[in-house]
Amino acid sequence: MIKIAKATVLNLHINGEYREVLVKPSDTLLYTLRNLLGLTGAKPGCENGDCGACTVLIDNRPIKSCLILTVETIGKRILTIEGLKDVPIQKSFVENWGFQCGYCTSGFLMVCHSLAQIHPNANDHTIEEWLQSNLCRCTGYEEIENAIKSILTGTVRT
Amino acid sequence: MSQIGVDTLRKEAWDKVTGAAKYNSDRLESNMLNARILTSPYAHALIKSIDTSKALKSDGVLAVITGDYLPVLTGSIIEDRPPIARDKVRYFGEPVAMVVAHSEQEVMKATKLIEVDYEPLPVVNSINQSISSQAPLIHENIGKYFCPDTTVQPRAGSNLLDHVRIRKGDMDRGWNESDIIIDLKTFLPQSDHLAMETRNAVAEILPDGRVVISTSSQAPFAVKEEISKIFGIAEGDIIVNVPYVGGAFGGKATVDLEFLAYIASRAVGGRKVRIANSREEDISSSPSKVGTESTVKMGATNEGIIKALEATYFVDCGAYAGTGPRMAKAIASDCTGPYNIENVHCDSYSVYTNHSYVTSYRGFGHVAFTFAMERAMDKLANSLNMDPLDIRMKNAISEGDTLATQAKITLSNTGDLKACILKLKESINWEEGNRIVEPNGMIRAKGIGCFWKTSNSPINAASGVAITLNSDGSINLNFGATEIGPGMKTTIAQILAEKMKMDIDNIHVFMEVDTQLSPKHWKTVASMTTFMVGNAVIKAAEDLMEQLKSLAAIVLACTPEELDVKGQRVYLKDDPDRGIQFKKLVQGYEYPGGSAIWGPIIGRGTYIMKHLVPLDLKTGKGKTGVSWTLGAQGVEIEYDPIRYTYRLLKAATAIDVGKVINPKTARGLIMGGMSMGLGLGTREEFIYSDNGMLENTSLRTYKLIHFGENPEYIVDFIETPQIDGPFGARGLAEYGILAIPGALANAISLAVGMDFDKLPISPELIWKTKTGGKYDSL
Ligand code: FES
Ligand code: FES
Repeated sequence: MIKIAKATVLNLHINGEYREVLVKPSDTLLYTLRNLLGLTGAKPGCENGDCGACTVLIDNRPIKSCLILTVETIGKRILTIEGLKDVPIQKSFVENWGFQCGYCTSGFLMVCHSLAQIHPNANDHTIEEWLQSNLCRCTGYEEIENAIKSILTGTVRT
Repeated sequence: MSQIGVDTLRKEAWDKVTGAAKYNSDRLESNMLNARILTSPYAHALIKSIDTSKALKSDGVLAVITGDYLPVLTGSIIEDRPPIARDKVRYFGEPVAMVVAHSEQEVMKATKLIEVDYEPLPVVNSINQSISSQAPLIHENIGKYFCPDTTVQPRAGSNLLDHVRIRKGDMDRGWNESDIIIDLKTFLPQSDHLAMETRNAVAEILPDGRVVISTSSQAPFAVKEEISKIFGIAEGDIIVNVPYVGGAFGGKATVDLEFLAYIASRAVGGRKVRIANSREEDISSSPSKVGTESTVKMGATNEGIIKALEATYFVDCGAYAGTGPRMAKAIASDCTGPYNIENVHCDSYSVYTNHSYVTSYRGFGHVAFTFAMERAMDKLANSLNMDPLDIRMKNAISEGDTLATQAKITLSNTGDLKACILKLKESINWEEGNRIVEPNGMIRAKGIGCFWKTSNSPINAASGVAITLNSDGSINLNFGATEIGPGMKTTIAQILAEKMKMDIDNIHVFMEVDTQLSPKHWKTVASMTTFMVGNAVIKAAEDLMEQLKSLAAIVLACTPEELDVKGQRVYLKDDPDRGIQFKKLVQGYEYPGGSAIWGPIIGRGTYIMKHLVPLDLKTGKGKTGVSWTLGAQGVEIEYDPIRYTYRLLKAATAIDVGKVINPKTARGLIMGGMSMGLGLGTREEFIYSDNGMLENTSLRTYKLIHFGENPEYIVDFIETPQIDGPFGARGLAEYGILAIPGALANAISLAVGMDFDKLPISPELIWKTKTGGKYDSL
């Protein structure tokens, strides 16, 4: 077991690169990403696990980065919105008007991207279960639903 | 290709799906200090003492600030609010001290070390308590405050901030002509805007005294003006910058954290200080949505024609005036809803309580009277045994009618309500019936409501647009409305592209607002950006084309009148092949053999609201806006009579927007509004304990609608042009919210068979109403 009792330089695997960063044991991943690495795509909306705006992928699974300590991510692959390059869900959000202010968007995109990888045939129930983790105050969610459905196999809408 | 009525992608779309879009909360620089507030745990208490000594000694702390440092009073209507409380606190969550330290962690730690000694006072926890003659005074100085809005009249020795009166027609005649009179009381609680980006601001004072503020705001120019006024700094020395805003809904239209950021910076010698609300602070400390209570009495003939309306509204402004009295005025002036009523008597009171103070919220008070009116319409229909839709058709406002403020209604300044109602009738399949018992015992019910709203803007609300050009002939578009989500930067670019007959990709929009660079726009509020800036950009385009034609006329040896503009080219109308491209003109024209004329071309356009008249203090006569966008909405639910629960099946809007500029954007805004309306209807409310403590200050306890809980949305647009609107467009951004709570309450009332005149309507409330709350041991 690794024990980290004070500020320590860690080598984190983020968006396919290794990044050295000084981390205190109490730092959340959200804090490390935003304040130390300049990766501000993950947003604070509540810092309490309720809104999902801070969602990133850890080993391909969506995790609320306000709820995980940076030290817990040692040896794991972290993917943030900045690491998403031209994946289908981005285009789909653009074309389906999946956002207005855009503040919740990174979080939703990460959840949707992961969903599309893990459950490419997800049914309505699974989609709902996954996307209920995040909040959007601007849209009526219909746009987001259209966006995710248009990239899942079998539910393609025109 | 025309740019109007086209689903143009947002200019910032790719920024927002890649994390490239920067919001003010993303401005995290290593040289920034962090500030944080300590908030009051009491709703009403005297501050006996504040001991900051331990906090001051804490690691990394540079300053601990209390209300005694720079004691000022702020407020755009009544100057009654100290940015940091002095002597007493008036609501739970009010800032009582502020710490400035290097890191977020240090500031958090130090804030906890401040010791405040309070002496609790009796709490004014409701509108009723506020107006009772025994009520404790929340503001001892209420009669003495300076009121920047000279129309408000706070009453000394009371908790009453203002009283707006509407007196139209002859009430006696109205009651005499009525065969039936119905009445009701409504209650809408305070609630939160809940923009996903919490409010945050950064301030710095430069060595020469200039103040630079960057903030998440809908009103950068108001920030500049208020900071200037309150702290006595020349306006020109204040620069306010606003990048993308992560949602606002009215909550960022007031100056709030910017005061604190400035004070914090000043306390540490002008260094750059950032203050950002936690979600809990954003809900409890920054301003929220008003609460309202009303009594409405309405008289009508047996044929269902409304003859008289008497309404009393009380607006719970909370501890400080904020924008409350202006919303109380908005409620009074539009109180009839989009119905023709000749005799109107309305009193709208703004009162102080020991609740969260308030600011504008989507709909600017209009949800409150719309809820009351739409419940009243259904009651009337019910009493007369009429179809709820027919009774609305019969009373629908139309050209030649007058508002409660006696301003004239034209087809152009409102639209066609009857067309909206008929559209709704079709879209929600009204014909099949509005209460259907399904074979499985579930009850499917539909409720409807009509709405309207105007801007209630100041008399001189104005906008400007500035256009510069690049050497490739493309355009830079700059105006002072912030991009808070509705996509207005793109909408305005569409209008410009249409006017210039050019490709929108060659229009580059300055996405931020910087008060030093951007022409002033009143505030990004009231659904008025497209209307105001749209009109200004049309003028700017005309100005630009006039200059381009004048220059091209010299080059092409003709008169400007003989020229036209299209595709970034000026050409002869009678010989289109003969022309000259923008890029040869925009920085001045260079003759082939040398020598040049003119210079960079700059386009400008302005707009100012016209013919607005403040309300007469005795009768409420006046004019509060340039247009009243209107429409009809419906909600369909499925009610489970065994469990007292319901599901949202459909929510529909038919709205007359004059002209749709960007259909997908417009649809998105209306849906988002409906979603918020359903939030108000089903769950959103501030819950205050008996001693006035706000109990639901997190997103775990203050619930929003989640993905999957949304109904199917139906949006239809009617297009009756507004003659003075850009391409005929009226405002639309807020409107989806307006009649949804009323329509929902109508559907639930119909399904359950009992009246629901209070929001939100939870299954628990239905159960209590239906059973009297018995069997709760089961
Ligand atoms: S900020 Fe992490 S869930 Fe809200
Ligand atoms: S787009 Fe604004 S919160 Fe989702």
